[in-house]
Amino acid sequence: MNVSGFSFWYPLLMSMTIFAGSVEFVTVNLLLGTFHPLQALAITLMVNARHLFYGISMLDRYRGAGWKKPYLIFGLCDETFSINYTAKIPKEVDPGWFYFFVTLLNHGYWVFGAALGGIFGALIQFDTEGLEFVMTAMFVVIFLEQWSKENCHISSLLGLGLSCLCLFIFGPDQFMIPAMGTIFLALTAVRRGLEKEERAETEGGRDRKEETGS
Amino acid sequence: MKMTLFQQAVTVGMVILGTVLTRALPFLLFPAGKATPRFIQYLGKVLPSAVFGLLVVYCLKHVTVLSGNHGLPELISIALVVGLHLWKRQMLLSIAGGTVCYMVLVQTIF
Repeated sequence: MNVSGFSFWYPLLMSMTIFAGSVEFVTVNLLLGTFHPLQALAITLMVNARHLFYGISMLDRYRGAGWKKPYLIFGLCDETFSINYTAKIPKEVDPGWFYFFVTLLNHGYWVFGAALGGIFGALIQFDTEGLEFVMTAMFVVIFLEQWSKENCHISSLLGLGLSCLCLFIFGPDQFMIPAMGTIFLALTAVRRGLEKEERAETEGGRDRKEETGS
Repeated sequence: MKMTLFQQAVTVGMVILGTVLTRALPFLLFPAGKATPRFIQYLGKVLPSAVFGLLVVYCLKHVTVLSGNHGLPELISIALVVGLHLWKRQMLLSIAGGTVCYMVLVQTIF
């Protein structure tokens, strides 16, 4: 945002209130263009459509969070979702507070980083080219963690395969919505088979489940 | 800048509204008090695996396999991340190792 001529207040306030990485970069372009609020809303809905999947996946986990729930939902970004979905929470820790602090720390680091970047961004001397790979590496690790936990890899493989296919067909700027659509359709199509597998799995793991009380 | 401060605030407000909508919609449609439809419960269980795959591809969307460096730095670094993670199972080590490897590759070799 320094480069685009905004004062450091912009990234600071935007990271605090929007709290969604890719869309904040889109917002910079929106602010540089002409005033068009409905277009801003439409673009945001498209770019952030993947959050719908996060919400559906967290319905159960966030159920008992009480007053913290609105904040948990507000802070449900890619990273918060990935950590809160895959984390193994120790028995003696309250899940609601665990989710709350993961969200709060993510939010805090994000705002802190935006403030630092806004104030000192122009002073950075060392070559940061390639640093963005930290995101890729994190999602690869989370994908692996999820892979090692599941007995059936159909959904993981569908996610990778259909996303690649849609990226190839629609290109980097258009592929997210078709990818989500095809993933949704494919998972709907294989529901019977997957649920049968799941039932067999839970029968086997019933003792363990009763023990943890979930 | 072309926009007034008020117009800027409205634009950012719209982005906030859109973001919160996408995050809150499932919770509004399927409130905790009522039983969630079986189909949505099923989606909640199977979607995450697919979504993590989608996020990996999303991070790599600008890689060009057919031209430039053919995505070799990404391929090598991801292989290292996977290798490190299968070996030590230390999240931070795998992420840091892969990132340093990638930075060295794109800054010196490619």
